[in-house]
Amino acid sequence: MAGKGIHIEGLKKRYGKGDTAVDALKGVNIQVAPGEVVGLVGPSGSGKSTLLKCLGAVIEPTSGRMVLGNDTIYNDGWKVRDLRALRRDKIGFVFQAPYLIPFLDVTDNVALLPMLAGVSNSEARKRALELLQSLDVEARAKAMPAQLSGGEQQRVAIARGLVNRPPVILADEPTAPLDSERALAVIRMLNDMARRFETAIIVVTHDEKIIPTFKRIYHIRDGVTYEEAGEGREIL
Amino acid sequence: MISLAGRDIMHAWGKFVFTGMGLGLLIGVTLSMAGIYRGMVDDGKALLDNSGADLWVVQKDTLGPYAEPSSIYDDVWRAIRGIPGVARTANVTYLTMQVRQGERDVRTLVTGVTAGGAGTPGWPPYLVAGRQITRGHYEAVADIATHFKLGDRLQIRRNHYTVVGLTRRMVSSSGDPMIFIPLKDAQEAQFLKDNDAIRQQRRRTAENPAFNRPQVPGLLDSVIASQNTNQYVNAVLVQLAPGYQATEVADSIRRWKRLTVYTRNQMEEILIGKLIATSAKQIAMFLVILSIVSAAIVAFIIYTLTLGKIREIAVLKLIGTKNRTIAGLIMQQAIALGIIGFVVGKISATLLMAPIFPKHVLLEPLDSVIGLVAVILICILASLIAIRAALKVDPAEAIGG
Repeated sequence: MAGKGIHIEGLKKRYGKGDTAVDALKGVNIQVAPGEVVGLVGPSGSGKSTLLKCLGAVIEPTSGRMVLGNDTIYNDGWKVRDLRALRRDKIGFVFQAPYLIPFLDVTDNVALLPMLAGVSNSEARKRALELLQSLDVEARAKAMPAQLSGGEQQRVAIARGLVNRPPVILADEPTAPLDSERALAVIRMLNDMARRFETAIIVVTHDEKIIPTFKRIYHIRDGVTYEEAGEGREIL
Repeated sequence: MISLAGRDIMHAWGKFVFTGMGLGLLIGVTLSMAGIYRGMVDDGKALLDNSGADLWVVQKDTLGPYAEPSSIYDDVWRAIRGIPGVARTANVTYLTMQVRQGERDVRTLVTGVTAGGAGTPGWPPYLVAGRQITRGHYEAVADIATHFKLGDRLQIRRNHYTVVGLTRRMVSSSGDPMIFIPLKDAQEAQFLKDNDAIRQQRRRTAENPAFNRPQVPGLLDSVIASQNTNQYVNAVLVQLAPGYQATEVADSIRRWKRLTVYTRNQMEEILIGKLIATSAKQIAMFLVILSIVSAAIVAFIIYTLTLGKIREIAVLKLIGTKNRTIAGLIMQQAIALGIIGFVVGKISATLLMAPIFPKHVLLEPLDSVIGLVAVILICILASLIAIRAALKVDPAEAIGG
């Protein structure tokens, strides 16, 4: 399932045509191994969001190659036909805000993804409860999202991102609304899950508290990525 | 797969129930309007059923006696009675007027019936209290919708009548309750003039040299006497002998008596197709307007509810939810809202609106089924705008940036 993690080569994205065209990504190269968590850091307008949307199979790059797990998603104009199924089965999302579905309880928020993939309700709920247990929120399994604290909501969101065991997780500023302690707890959780499920995780952030925890960091500036070794500080 | 629509409704049930109740009152008015139309048709049919007639013989080339004035001589019935296939005939008069009782007056259809009994054409077929008319003058049988009681004294023109019997569901095509009185009294009531008018008429007749001839004694008195009596009725009601076809007997009467004759079907067509046609069109217009308003309200509510879920829809799309599932979520909510509205509307129409409405409101089960199907169709159509908006949501909105 884990396959090759994330492999991006010469990814470019141009918005518009002619004189008004804007090159948001000018050549992005990223490699993330299964079980690895890397940081993606960049200032506002650097192309971070565009890259995330390309990685999330929400927008199509203009050129370049992108492989998630064992699947080639884009290759110089060619793309996978069913991007919706790809997002459901191969990519897990964790957002800045948890964006839980307010009318589903915690278990069903997590179980919804496998249910959408055709897994039976009982099996999907079983998977969801296992994950909630490993993220230490199983006690709130029947609670509605509005009844959870910010930290609990974020853990449920992580469980939702992981429930289909995707080879790739994209985390967009997952610690932004959290204090230092909870932010570090979330990163620890992501590291644990990456190791446990052999998942490649990209964490987009500009949170100074968590940047030192990454072993590798990709900086993006003016649509180009630069790799840098991180401190890889141990989270206690 | 869990029902997303069901979960959302359960999560915000108060909002759905209150919105459904508001919509329900509108649907209740719509169902009541349909009930009013059905009530008008039912009143028309009741008038025909209760007359006990198979044929209506009226003045030539008129749509009488209910849709147009009709006058025929009150001895025509004898000639009609002799035509093969005719079992019974009876004169009848109809006069819509205010009937006074004490300090109040009630709009009624005063019906003059010939001597006879229950079963005679024109007579009320059954009573709920009292007895039928047994005297030639000044007795009346009233529909209970007049709120008259046995023994009440009524004033019709200058004469007073005693209510001796009460009947039910005897109404005109416009829903006015009927009062039955003896035919002679009814004929008098139709043509009765006040004293000044009688004096004027006598003076004018006396001044006419054609009527006031000294060489013909008694002529003037005869003319004046004829002017003060009414020998007309509005129609002759005919009951057929067993084994005869209505059309066949009607053709005989037309051919030999040169009168217009209507069968039950033709009379029903006149009442429903002509007499209440304008009212039916008005009600139909109201139904169309109310349906459009209901559709607009459902569309607006569902659209607003959908806009409130744009972020959740973007997340659902991002995590791979099919468009079909999202469209189903919105459409099921619209249908649920329609069903809540319909239940509230049906209850309000049946228990609140129909009993207090001043006209007969007939809520037919089939109309309710048609209403439910129409509400569901309207809700499905109304949800299309919201579905279109939801399907346009870019999953990238969940990522932000």
